[in-house]
Amino acid sequence: MAAHLKKRVYEEFTKVVQQQQEEVATKKLRLTKPSKSAALHVDLCKAACPADALQYLLQFARKPVEAESVEGVVRILLEHYYKETDPSVRLKIASLLGLLSKTAGFSPDCIIDDAINILQNEKSHQVLAQLLDTLLAIGTKLAENQAIQTRLVDVACKHLTDTSHGVRNKCLQLLGNLGSLEKSVTKDTEGLTARDVQKIIGDYFSDQDPRVRTAAIKAMLQLHERGLKLHQTVYNQACKLLSDDYEQVRSAAVQLIWVVSQLYPESIVPIPSSNEEIRLVDDAFGKICHMVSDGSWVVRVQAAKLLGSMEQVSSHFLEQTLDKKLMSDLRRKRTAHERAKELYSSGEFSSGRKWGDDAPKEEVDTGAVNLIESGACGAFVHGLEDEMYEVRIAAVEALCMLAQSSPAFAEKCLDFLVDMFNDEIEEVRLQSIHTMRKISNNITLREDQLDTVLAVLEDSSRDIREALHELLCCTNVSTKEGIHLALVELLKNLTKYPTDRDSIWKCLKFLGSRHPTLVLPLVPELLSTHPFFDTAEPDMDDPAYIAVLVLIFNAAKTCPTMPALFSDHTFRHYAYLRDSLSHLVPALRLPGRKLVSSALSPNIAPHEDPSQQFLQQSLERVYSLQHLDPQGAQELLEFTIRDLQRLGELQSELAGVADFSATYLRCQLLLIKALQEKLWNVAAPLYLKQSDLASAAAKQIMEETYKMEFMYSGVENKQVVIIHHMRLQAKALQLIVTARTTRGVDPLFGMCEKFLQEVDFFQRCFIADLPQLQDSFVDKLLDLMPRLMTSKPAEVVKILQTMLRQSAFLHLPLPEQIHKASATIIEPAGESDNPLRFTSGLVVALDVDATLEHVQDPQNTVKVQVLYPDGQAQMIHPKPADFRNPGPGRHRLITQVYLSHTAWTEPCQVEVRLLLAYSSTARIPKSPWIEGGEGPPQVDTSIEGAIPFSKPVKVYIMPKPARR
Amino acid sequence: MGAGQDVGRSCILVSIAGKNVMLDCGMHMGFNDDRRFPDFSYITQNGRLTDFLDCVIISHFHLDHCGALPYFSEMVGYDGPIYMTHPTQAICPILLEDYRKIAVDKKGEANFFTSQMIKDCMKKVVAVHLHQTVQVDDELEIKAYYAGHVLGAAMFQIKVGSESVVYTGDYNMTPDRHLGAAWVDKCRPSLLISESTYATTIRDSKRCRERDFLKKVHETVERGGKVLIPVFALGRAQELCILLETFWERMNLKVPIYFSTGLTEKANHYYKLFITWTNQKIRKTFVQRNMFEFKHIKAFDRAFADNPGPMVVFATPGMLHAGQSLQIFRKWAGNEKNMVIMPGYCVQGTVGHKILSGQRKLEMEGRQVLEVKMQVEYMSFSAHADAKGIMQLVGQAEPDSVLLVHGEAKKMEFLRQKIEQEFRVSCYMPANGETVTLPTSPSIPVGISLGLLKREMAQGLLPEAKKLRLLHGTLIMKDSSFRLVSSEQALKELGLAEHQLRFTCRVHLQDTRKEQEMALRVYSHLKSTLQGHCVQHLPDGSVTVESILIQAAAHSEDPGTKVLLVSWTYQDEELGSFLTALLKKGLPQTPS
Repeated sequence: MAAHLKKRVYEEFTKVVQQQQEEVATKKLRLTKPSKSAALHVDLCKAACPADALQYLLQFARKPVEAESVEGVVRILLEHYYKETDPSVRLKIASLLGLLSKTAGFSPDCIIDDAINILQNEKSHQVLAQLLDTLLAIGTKLAENQAIQTRLVDVACKHLTDTSHGVRNKCLQLLGNLGSLEKSVTKDTEGLTARDVQKIIGDYFSDQDPRVRTAAIKAMLQLHERGLKLHQTVYNQACKLLSDDYEQVRSAAVQLIWVVSQLYPESIVPIPSSNEEIRLVDDAFGKICHMVSDGSWVVRVQAAKLLGSMEQVSSHFLEQTLDKKLMSDLRRKRTAHERAKELYSSGEFSSGRKWGDDAPKEEVDTGAVNLIESGACGAFVHGLEDEMYEVRIAAVEALCMLAQSSPAFAEKCLDFLVDMFNDEIEEVRLQSIHTMRKISNNITLREDQLDTVLAVLEDSSRDIREALHELLCCTNVSTKEGIHLALVELLKNLTKYPTDRDSIWKCLKFLGSRHPTLVLPLVPELLSTHPFFDTAEPDMDDPAYIAVLVLIFNAAKTCPTMPALFSDHTFRHYAYLRDSLSHLVPALRLPGRKLVSSALSPNIAPHEDPSQQFLQQSLERVYSLQHLDPQGAQELLEFTIRDLQRLGELQSELAGVADFSATYLRCQLLLIKALQEKLWNVAAPLYLKQSDLASAAAKQIMEETYKMEFMYSGVENKQVVIIHHMRLQAKALQLIVTARTTRGVDPLFGMCEKFLQEVDFFQRCFIADLPQLQDSFVDKLLDLMPRLMTSKPAEVVKILQTMLRQSAFLHLPLPEQIHKASATIIEPAGESDNPLRFTSGLVVALDVDATLEHVQDPQNTVKVQVLYPDGQAQMIHPKPADFRNPGPGRHRLITQVYLSHTAWTEPCQVEVRLLLAYSSTARIPKSPWIEGGEGPPQVDTSIEGAIPFSKPVKVYIMPKPARR
Repeated sequence: MGAGQDVGRSCILVSIAGKNVMLDCGMHMGFNDDRRFPDFSYITQNGRLTDFLDCVIISHFHLDHCGALPYFSEMVGYDGPIYMTHPTQAICPILLEDYRKIAVDKKGEANFFTSQMIKDCMKKVVAVHLHQTVQVDDELEIKAYYAGHVLGAAMFQIKVGSESVVYTGDYNMTPDRHLGAAWVDKCRPSLLISESTYATTIRDSKRCRERDFLKKVHETVERGGKVLIPVFALGRAQELCILLETFWERMNLKVPIYFSTGLTEKANHYYKLFITWTNQKIRKTFVQRNMFEFKHIKAFDRAFADNPGPMVVFATPGMLHAGQSLQIFRKWAGNEKNMVIMPGYCVQGTVGHKILSGQRKLEMEGRQVLEVKMQVEYMSFSAHADAKGIMQLVGQAEPDSVLLVHGEAKKMEFLRQKIEQEFRVSCYMPANGETVTLPTSPSIPVGISLGLLKREMAQGLLPEAKKLRLLHGTLIMKDSSFRLVSSEQALKELGLAEHQLRFTCRVHLQDTRKEQEMALRVYSHLKSTLQGHCVQHLPDGSVTVESILIQAAAHSEDPGTKVLLVSWTYQDEELGSFLTALLKKGLPQTPS
């Protein structure tokens, strides 16, 4: 009872404290409010000279002002504004007004009159501009108020004739942001100041100041963004600005033209020099293409980028972008691309050595050659050859987007993309490889193109090579020579860079399965079989040989005649590889062979998925188990866990589910085992030794639940509930064990308190899911909650113990998609015998390269851990830039880890592994209670934990003593 | 004086607003006699060149642009400033020295400039930075723009007052492996002097060219053949070196690449130095590795030419007209496995030009006949702008007129037509020795007195930018300065009395009434029609409208006709003529 009382008091006390704190805080705020504006007032009055006043204002601006006190401050500022003679101070006040009016919760309509008023009397242009800026801030805040909008627009129109560009700029900005939308028609009847904002802004396209011109175009774009439909007349105005002297004007004009072309793609515009007419989007396309050869690279980038998003352009125009009519001495010449194509189609391999094969052919009619066509001619040819790599990248991106929407164009631009593989800047090369991959389903590579593509495999940059492997995965090759060439080059790559092994195998897998008929004639050559002689059996561990086999086996999957060409050892190797590299080698139907896979394969076709069924069945069997006797239950659990684990190994697509369920069952098994301990009834002192098992079980269950919660992607809320429930059970077990082993009530009291809080927390977080948990531990616990709150610790423990025993085994619903996060460290390989030597006290950089699968948000969660032989552990947070994302669900970590240690006498191994950091509050929906308070205390202990999720790799290092 | 409808011996004399500037001072590769240098006597017959020329500008270090410089400054005699960019200043003497050695030591020419002369000549050079405006004297200023082509090549804008000329020198609009693209701002010069080497060519994308080149070299080398690439020591050579170097590195080839020694090493040193003049890639990566520090390219020794096995040799000079490249060519020409790649333009008369035009038997010096069995390839690696590039530059600069030089006449003709057609500007292509005179419409700044401006402001609305406006005033031209002042002030300044100029006009009206009455009617009529003006009826019977006086009198002969005398001053011409026209229409019939 005493304990209960004490607790009550404590509870009440905490509440009181919180309230008091709040009260104090609010009081403080109220006190400061008047004093703040007053202080400002005093300060400003004190200020002897403008410089002082400016200082005060600057200081004032550093502190935030509360919403309630804004108005007071504004009044004081305005008052000073009227008195102030120095423009710089007025400027500062004006800018402060703007800042203040942005304060959340403050409605600035009360100061609008004053602001407009002071605007009318202001002489200084700078202050005027600033005041307009303030008005803009006010206007955007009060976007719904039509009257104020109109009024502000009027003010802006009035000041548009100002001589200072700054003021005109701001006016245009104001018009762009606040100009009424579609209201002009209705207002005209009223005879009010209904202004055609577009026309007003359009008039300033020919302002004398380039900054104002830019502002005008920007304002127009702003209008468009706000949903106002621009008139088509804008197009002609914008076209004139394309030849402006200033780059920012041209850049903005290009944007505007693009916008208009998207608005009116189908309207017809005349071609100036002739009486023909073309679609507006085509005309705009031509104009933007022309800007790709602008003098300023900013404009070029802008133009090249926008080209990509003009998808309505007619194909005839599109194709022109890749066509640059060549001539030599006035005779038409074919491009190298055309020549290559011709050679290819005539069946001759490109020699490139024929004398005069680029000799110009027909005469060009001098009159017909238009050297600086207004059309789209060769825009991309220029863009891809640009000096600045920014432009080149933009051009490649644009090509990609256009090619995705037009297969014909994709075919055409192939040559150019292939050429870009030899760019001097790596980013450009990478970008073009990615682009090629994206459009690869539209294209088939010719042999000569493949040749150029494959040449890049020798690039020293790993990113490029891997991107290229990805590309080859999804390319269509037209001939068997092409396949052979690709294989040869890939093998060359493999010998040169052995670390690319996995990537190359994967690449060959897809290459094989895509082109079974092309691989077929190559098989005897590739396997070096001979019709009469037995050839030597190749080394099974040779990565190159495996690569060849991967290609062949994948091709054989859809080509039933192929296995007939295999020799005996090939079949053996198949069996071996099918088992060891099951993700690369598919199941084959091999005639006359009693292989495991051949027995399985007929079954696969009729049933939808037997392994899935097996999984379901075994899990159902387990979930029906609460009525079985404990001994039988344990055995069943053990068997099921074993089955599931094996299933996960065999079926990679079910690995996530199987592991997830197995982990859950293991937790349950541990719990049952712990509760089965015969020693529960033994008196506490005797129990001391035997408690190991139970407490270890509790600890392990905790760990496993964290793994379940954070290591799997695709875990949903209903699973999280179950996991947390399991954790709660583990905590209860822990409590019971400690209660049994420790003497005295005081530590127990704290633990009980903590546990009950946790239950409370659980209830709050998962209140919606509680109905699911019928008959479970928590369900019962919550029923007894009032009793528990008032009981003594010993009593609590007793209740918990019985409840744990009685509680039902919860069914874990399987999520749709679940994947286990995993990581493999590719580098360091951990096989080196040469220690990494470095001087002690200095650092050595260790390159770490790892692939991560199914990790969500790796930038924040993945850490590298280094374990030194002395037990010292070091956690390293890789930079966000070290993560690359080569495909969905996959990440790649390439980083450097700095090692350092004091001198050792001999080299020793350090362990490097990857950790997955988690914080348990992250997943729980945030309640104001958590935000407000400091959170439940137990969260703090588990907030930063880390689960190792990769095999540790050993690195041999040797810190040498520093030479003196 | 050179490069008119011709390639080589670039030398152009420009007179602009009384200033004389010589652009480039080159030699001609095709000649070995007097014709190789420009005829400087053309500039001035009597008197020293220094007095006549205000400055000399050298666009880049190729010998056809600077080869005659020591001859011009030291032997003919010129002491004025010579402008060029820093890299040009550094590399130019090396090339001149090399040229001198070949001419004097090999050919034994006398009366050639000496090393000392080159040194003396270089002392007169003033180096300029890109986009730096240099004031040559009070009126003449020059400014350099990036031109690509070779390291340190520049285009120059020469400006006197409002007139300006842009001289491009040689330039390249497509960037390459080591240089960026030429760029000029929209400076709207009166005249653009552009080279036009490739006036009738539109080139394929450089990537194909590069790939082709590498493929050809690679295949020949794999066959065991030797590749000779004749180059000018500087310029394309570095481009090709970088290309081959990176290719070798990528393909991991071991075949030796040689570069003929001597000047190249020195020059390469400068290439490493003037990183800011190269392209984006080299500028960005030179911190890790300077691209000009070649790993695979070694210096060439004459003995290497006879070594067995494949090799690639870069040798000078580029047109196979002399020197090492010709020697190697002779040695290798007989073997069909070998290959010569001509990476650039060859002037007529050189061996290079001959073999490119398909000649297989060459007459060498000493009546030898050399049979060419090796493969001859031509790869356009020349860093000149093609027709499209030239048009692009013209479009960028927006000149009032264009003048084409440094190209072949019939090709230029085509480009000239195109330029006139597309841009609607006049285009010229003078031959050597021909003078083109261009009329310019210079704008003359006129000072305006504040009083006049303010008065004008007060009258009209706010001034609208870019719109012409009429205003009255007097233009005073006094010691080469122009001022616009109000007429009163002008009178005062010049000490002249004002002359009154009055117009009078008689208007006959049929009216039988008295003069007084008549005047009253006129008054009331005018009062009602001219609302905005001050119409008064004076006691003496006359009517005034502003300063215009109207008197009514009876006609001397016909009393039925009244004569209205209208008189106005010159300043009121507008109103006066309006009034007479109005009165001539007659007075409205008043119901009397």
